[in-house]
Amino acid sequence: MRLFGHKMSILAQIGLLIVVVNIALAILAPVIAPYPEADLVGDAWADPSPQFWFGLDQIGRDIFSRMLYGARMSIGLSLVITCLSFTIGIIAGFSAAVLGRWVDVALSRIVDLLLSMPTLIFAFIILSVLGTELPVLIVTIAVLDSTKVFRLSRAVAMNIVVLEFVEAAKLRGEGLWWIIRREILPNAVPPLVAEFGLRFCFTFLFIAALSFLGLGIQPPFADWGSMVKDLAQVINYGSPAALYPAGAIALLTIGVNFIVDWLLAVYSKGHGEGA
Amino acid sequence: MLKLIGQRLALGLLTLLAASVLIFAGTEVLPGDLASAILQNSATPENLAEIRKELGLERPAAVRYVEWLGGVVRGDFGHSLTNKRDVIDELAPRLKNTVFLAAYAALIAVPLAVILGLLAAIWQGGVYDRSINVFTLMTISVPEYFLGYLLIKYIAVELGWFPSLANVSPQTPLGDRIFLTFLPMLNLVLVVVAHMMRLTRASVLAIMASPYIEMAILKGLPKWRIVVQHAFPNALAPVINVIALNLAYLIVGVVIVENVFTYPGLGTLMVDRVSKHDVPMVQACGLIFAATFILLNMIADIGAIMSNPRLRHPR
Repeated sequence: MRLFGHKMSILAQIGLLIVVVNIALAILAPVIAPYPEADLVGDAWADPSPQFWFGLDQIGRDIFSRMLYGARMSIGLSLVITCLSFTIGIIAGFSAAVLGRWVDVALSRIVDLLLSMPTLIFAFIILSVLGTELPVLIVTIAVLDSTKVFRLSRAVAMNIVVLEFVEAAKLRGEGLWWIIRREILPNAVPPLVAEFGLRFCFTFLFIAALSFLGLGIQPPFADWGSMVKDLAQVINYGSPAALYPAGAIALLTIGVNFIVDWLLAVYSKGHGEGA
Repeated sequence: MLKLIGQRLALGLLTLLAASVLIFAGTEVLPGDLASAILQNSATPENLAEIRKELGLERPAAVRYVEWLGGVVRGDFGHSLTNKRDVIDELAPRLKNTVFLAAYAALIAVPLAVILGLLAAIWQGGVYDRSINVFTLMTISVPEYFLGYLLIKYIAVELGWFPSLANVSPQTPLGDRIFLTFLPMLNLVLVVVAHMMRLTRASVLAIMASPYIEMAILKGLPKWRIVVQHAFPNALAPVINVIALNLAYLIVGVVIVENVFTYPGLGTLMVDRVSKHDVPMVQACGLIFAATFILLNMIADIGAIMSNPRLRHPR
């Protein structure tokens, strides 16, 4: 099977399958879920049965339906945040590369400062003051994550900016926005696509971790991270229920990592005859 | 060389100062008033006035920052907003627990990762190498709590070998501590060993392509000796770097793992107080985590310099 004109390895195909299935389930959740995400449909902690495929959670909601809606929430939110952080990071990174000295130094220092602290801890500090509503979560994580996108996009853009056609564009008098859009961006796509996958994974895990700690997505919205926390209450009694959402998180990140691994291997191979 | 180390130390301290500004500023970014943000729905005029007096909010932010910093240097982090006790009283025992767990994990993870990586380099291409490659790729990708709950379900509940709740108190003797914290330690080890092992293997294999290694092979040295005595010392620089970076990552991992096993450490304390908007406590915890992170990054830097003789004596 070929993607972007390159043959995909077995692992990459498995990864693609996992990702496509997850996205399909997330989009189709309202259609295929047997029960709505917040409805109480039976006794708490009911066992898996033909009626409730994964059983019921701590207050009687269907776990399978919540997992489908959770896919929607987690994947959707991570996509939004990754897109936002990418937009910020790419604009900042390319601007730093194109505009040169002062802008570059200023932005790089700010980014270094933000990166000097562990992201989770910094997110805690912001959330402890601003609360955990969705807009706050989205903007905080997007801004913190855009620092890493900034680093990569700046490095990539630096390599492109020194090429002759960019110099020609500057001499023609093209504006910054035009140069970014028409000269740099098309040439920077392969490493950025791989980075998008990695950032998506990281954001996805980060949201799930925050929700797991009770600081992310709040009830009654279903989200895999908070589901793990809720369902873990009975793990000491032998119920493996907490492993379903946790396993789903693991499966999706493994799938995306397989694809990203393949993308990076393809990109770093030479394009000459010997490759 | 000492000059280099001194420079790095100074840079580290500067970064720590900047981080403290960030931490303090992080609580000042509000569109509204800090007091109303803390109290949210339970704000009454009396409550607001009390909190404002307690935190001294009528004074400008810069003054409060300098006061806070001065207190921190003396060990006084202020009073917790949740229970009015000194922050340092609640912080100290939790910090000891967390340091114990992190050290326990690090002491086992680092040698284990290096040895596994060297073995993978020696037996390159074999069954061991390929299977550990897939295994580590999976442990890197999964969330820490997945591994944690797997451990709890199968080792603590099904097999009953170790307890699933790591309940330690200041009086727990060392032997009991080591037993009770085995599962959280194992969780942390699984999280960081994978990355360190992969990089050790990759660094050593990169060196194995050098001409002097070919010479050693032609001389008839056994493979293990070539890897351990000749290749590994030259691969140290990136290995030390990644070890220190992973130890820094351990800080974030510790927060999650402590929550999975309800271990009374700094991580559980911080998470608990974030939801209660206990700003002084969160600032103090944040500062300690940030300081450790910066310290470990600094060690990574210095280690990378010291393990390369060419960098030790720059000309």
